[in-house]
Amino acid sequence: MPKLSIDGTEIEVVEGTTVLRACEQAGVEIPRFCFHERLSIAGNCRMCLVEQVGVPKPLASCAMPVTDGMQILTRSERVQAAREGVMEFLLVNHPLDCPICDQGGECDLQDQALYYGRVRSRYREAKRAVTDKDFGPLVKTVMTRCIHCTRCVRFMDEVAGVPELGTMGRGEDMEIVAALDGCLHSELSGNIVDLCPVGALTSKPYAFAARPWELSHTESVDVLDAAGSAIRIDSRDGRVLRVLPRVNEEINEEWIGDRARYAVDGLVVRRLDRPWLRADGAFRPVTWETALAAVATALQAAAPERTAALTGDLAGLEGMTALADLMRARGVDSVDCRQDGGAFGPGEPASWRFNASIAGIDRADAVLLIGTNPRREAPVINARFRKRWRAAGIPIARVGPVTDLTYPVTELGAEPVVLAELAQGSHPFAEVLGQARYPLIVVGSGALARPDGAVVLGLARQLADTVGAAGAAWNGFSVLQRSAARAGGLELGIVPADGGLDASGMQAAAREGRLDFLYLLGADEIDPEAFRDTFTVYQGHHADRGARHADVLLPGAAYTEQEATYVNTEGRPQQARPAHPPPGNARPDWKIFVALARELGSPLSYESLDGLRSRIEAAVPHLADIDQLPPPPPPPLAPFGDPDGALDAAPFEEIVPDYYRTCPISRASATMAACARAVADA
Amino acid sequence: MTEPVRDADRVFHNLDGSGDGSLAGARQRGDWDDTRALILRGRDAIQGTVREAGLRGRGGAGFSTGLKWSFMPKEPAPERPHYLIVNADESEPGTCKDREILLHEPHKLIEGTLLAGVGVSAHTAYIYVRGEFEAERRCLEAALADCYAAGLLGRDACGSGYDFDVHVHRGAGAYICGEETGLIESLEGKKGFPRLKPPFPANAGLWGFPTTVNNVETIAVVPTILRRGAPWFGGIGRPQNTGTKLFCLSGHVERPGTVEAEMGIPLRELIEHHAGGVRGGWDNLLAVIPGGSSTKVLPAAACEDLRMDFDGLREAGSALGTAGVIVMDRSTDIVAAIARLSHFYWHESCGQCTPCREGTGWVSRIMDRFVAGAAAPSDLDTLESICGQIEGHTICALGDAAAWPVQGLLTHFRDELEQRVAGGRRHLAA
Amino acid sequence: MSGGAELFPGPDRAAAEEILGRYPSVHRQSAVLPLLDLAQRRNGGWLPPAVVDAVGDYLDMPSMRVRELVTFYSMFHDRPVGRYLVQVCRTTPCWLRGSDEVLAGAREELGIAPGETTPDGRFTLIEVECLGACADAPVVQINDDYHERLDGEQMRAWLRDQRRPEDD
Repeated sequence: MPKLSIDGTEIEVVEGTTVLRACEQAGVEIPRFCFHERLSIAGNCRMCLVEQVGVPKPLASCAMPVTDGMQILTRSERVQAAREGVMEFLLVNHPLDCPICDQGGECDLQDQALYYGRVRSRYREAKRAVTDKDFGPLVKTVMTRCIHCTRCVRFMDEVAGVPELGTMGRGEDMEIVAALDGCLHSELSGNIVDLCPVGALTSKPYAFAARPWELSHTESVDVLDAAGSAIRIDSRDGRVLRVLPRVNEEINEEWIGDRARYAVDGLVVRRLDRPWLRADGAFRPVTWETALAAVATALQAAAPERTAALTGDLAGLEGMTALADLMRARGVDSVDCRQDGGAFGPGEPASWRFNASIAGIDRADAVLLIGTNPRREAPVINARFRKRWRAAGIPIARVGPVTDLTYPVTELGAEPVVLAELAQGSHPFAEVLGQARYPLIVVGSGALARPDGAVVLGLARQLADTVGAAGAAWNGFSVLQRSAARAGGLELGIVPADGGLDASGMQAAAREGRLDFLYLLGADEIDPEAFRDTFTVYQGHHADRGARHADVLLPGAAYTEQEATYVNTEGRPQQARPAHPPPGNARPDWKIFVALARELGSPLSYESLDGLRSRIEAAVPHLADIDQLPPPPPPPLAPFGDPDGALDAAPFEEIVPDYYRTCPISRASATMAACARAVADA
Repeated sequence: MTEPVRDADRVFHNLDGSGDGSLAGARQRGDWDDTRALILRGRDAIQGTVREAGLRGRGGAGFSTGLKWSFMPKEPAPERPHYLIVNADESEPGTCKDREILLHEPHKLIEGTLLAGVGVSAHTAYIYVRGEFEAERRCLEAALADCYAAGLLGRDACGSGYDFDVHVHRGAGAYICGEETGLIESLEGKKGFPRLKPPFPANAGLWGFPTTVNNVETIAVVPTILRRGAPWFGGIGRPQNTGTKLFCLSGHVERPGTVEAEMGIPLRELIEHHAGGVRGGWDNLLAVIPGGSSTKVLPAAACEDLRMDFDGLREAGSALGTAGVIVMDRSTDIVAAIARLSHFYWHESCGQCTPCREGTGWVSRIMDRFVAGAAAPSDLDTLESICGQIEGHTICALGDAAAWPVQGLLTHFRDELEQRVAGGRRHLAA
Repeated sequence: MSGGAELFPGPDRAAAEEILGRYPSVHRQSAVLPLLDLAQRRNGGWLPPAVVDAVGDYLDMPSMRVRELVTFYSMFHDRPVGRYLVQVCRTTPCWLRGSDEVLAGAREELGIAPGETTPDGRFTLIEVECLGACADAPVVQINDDYHERLDGEQMRAWLRDQRRPEDD
């Protein structure tokens, strides 16, 4: 372990540490523009220069490895002069249009200029003007502000794996350009806005919306896919203005998908903000009292075996629990959290969790993807696969349709029969997995929602046994969920009791006139046509698909408006927090059920959030271990699925044809619609 | 003395192309004479001889060649081959010596490449020729083809049991690719952005493998050093400044050209005896840029007893660089001459790092104002300080190279600059 | 290897493969500069975007990486150039020996400014930085050839010669 001194303080660091990192460890801040922990080292901005005693030239600390006995000075006159020099060069061609720049107030250049900038410019030449580029609907460019740090280029190359940004020209004429006008073909493109240290790349939908100091910050989690990315919601006056990633090394590092970041404009359109009641074919607004009375009346009139409830893809544990408790108290067995009919092994957590954990991808040394397109289903997880491939060049194969995942994939075909060969160990890739120390088998939720989903699940599980993927130290059998609610619903056991109906059973029963009452909690990903003649209550924040044939619409809260717990694909419970109250008369989901239970004359056992959460903890203790991975079920892998059943001949299909529009919020988002259009046009 | 170097000490006998440049002609001049025996001396002996001879890189930096070779790992691991790259991206203004070697003495270069390859345990070499040198590239490739046909290269080169391939790689127009890591990037098919060091090429060079990059002239003198021995080469010139050297004489001399001379030859002798003198006579000399555009200009007064070697020029406040001597007589607008160089560095800055990207254009624009007589009084200080802000703060030496010519001008011709301030001296005085 | 046949037809195919053969097969990208040069020679001295992308395909390089090179290296042209690309060196050693007169001669003879192409598409005139032939200054590179120690009148005469109609 080399020792060095930084401004006279001795510090010992790990071999290979850079001077910049060593300074950080010593608590000394080093200014930087091009350096970023998660990107390759460019060393081009020269802002991080420090002095090494005895060395004539200042060092770029971001790139210089520590050697034993180094004496580093970070506050010497030479260092100050060097940084002032660099700052002057950065500013000579920078427009200084801070008053009209959206980066203002959170601009690295602005901040550093306070310490290293000259009071007056002595640049008497004409400033460079650079034509703005069209990076599509998400990223606004003001290229004259660019300081050529190349963070955006490196991010697209390295993390996103979509090398569509580059530098054109040379020297002073160098410009950042996109391969195509109007679109970046990456689900992670918004991250370049965060990475840009100046105002060259800013958020287009957020343009001129607010100054950072006007915003309230709410730490929360994203629920628009099942990764559970850490986010910060920035809001003002009861409106979400933007979403930014927070660092969570175990999940999203510091990236988020474009949907997580930009779909939030959908939160303010097509909202249900008051109860509605259908009468004579038309909806009319009603009070909560009237609405709840109508629901209670219908529910009391329906026999339990002709009553059902279905929870949707954005539902939190609290809402789902309260609904299920309410229903079960009435003897209703037909409760389901699987709109898509996913064939998970009931009661077997290993059958629905990403058991390897997302961070576990960093260890995987062979990966098989089954019926999943992680790039569209969970872009931050896909970025993790790419990162692993870049670090170790691991073999990655897929059973499913061919798409560009941003890393090389051995395509085994989209025919499910390959799965049987793999499970029997007769396929060559089974050998690759078998030889791997940390084999990872990723089953997409779409693959389990097929009619033969149970067979797919069983074969994937059998494959895990065949190749030794599920042991005590490593369980590589992993399901990639795409709905933020699904794993939570399954952990809570929101599946039909014996004799109850599952989602497709509800549809069949409704068609046959055997279903009198249906409660949809934000269930919008199921065809509601079957429920045309069933008395249907739709509770949600958008009057989306599920509301089509509803008789009562109850306004619930979106994930940015209520306290709710979500379980990500790993089985990790995390809490979403309200950035502001729900609009109008909308209410947090669980409160509606509490009120309805009261209306029914059989109140729930809890009336507060704490009470409800205690109830959840009592039922499933680990769901109270917020942010923690669940305890893994002990090996061996329990039997689940139906490995001996018949596979369908139909090939696996792309289950997320449109990344940008997958839920009521993103479908309401004009920004997401613009993205979908841009991709279609490009 | 009428010859820049005694014929007996001359390395290059066909520099002017008057002789037969073919393999047969080269053999007559002693090239490829029992090269096998030289190869069989082995890596350590070759490194040792070159080091003892005191050979310093002829590409500008003047680093000890033997020492540079010794930075390579001792023996290549099977999966980590060694590479030798010959830098024929000759682009430093004032420099045109490698071109003569490529055109007229390609066998010296090729034989040297083979022997230097042995010296660094490489079995493959690339000669990176600047793209504009089409004729030079053709000459080199023809010579290479002859060498392969004669069994001098390829498997069992010269019957030595040593396999050695030499490939030509053509550049495409970028001065920065003369910087050794920019060159490596370019050879890898990328923009010629110089790399951050460490790691140095000897550890992680071409495709991440141990690599040595040497200038054409450096490599071309290696066979003669090995044949005649370190004491011979080391006995020419002064300690640390040994051997003969190619000097390019351009600008206001009567007979511009490239000549081989002993290291340490007085500048005046070099110009008067081997370039026909300064146009209009020695007294008409205004200034000399002694070692290529990057080196600081020296006024006539400093040229009187100037010794043309590393130490002599360092003591005079300049550098030997590539030994590209740009001579300027009294008719020269010295400010314009340096301004052209500032423009050159602005044009050739790769744009990667801030001080060079933003500073070279600024310097060039201020210099243009001085040329036009439109400079502000403050421009003098600004020029001086931004040169200092570029120098030593960049990824590669191009930043330094851009600063030095202007700094030389500021040192020796400050009064010239002052006169170009709008309003002239009067303005300044006020 | 897609696009190789169309990109480098006939004898160029062998030339392209010979160039590729200089580099380890896992480092095909190293051939990009010489292959762009080959492609440019076959496309009238410039590189249309489709050709640039085809070179990228041929070498399994993202097209953006190849486009960057075309704008970085001064010998690649992303716009059409004349049949004769007249490149007058402007750097100090040439300037000291009269490159201004050479440039003036070319301008007058061709009636165009640096950066322009004659209306007949025959000549493009540009100023370039050091061509590395300083002892033979002033130097003009016209296509592949160096013309050395020129003066303004010789420049004009040479250009005049290339205008002879029998060349067409």
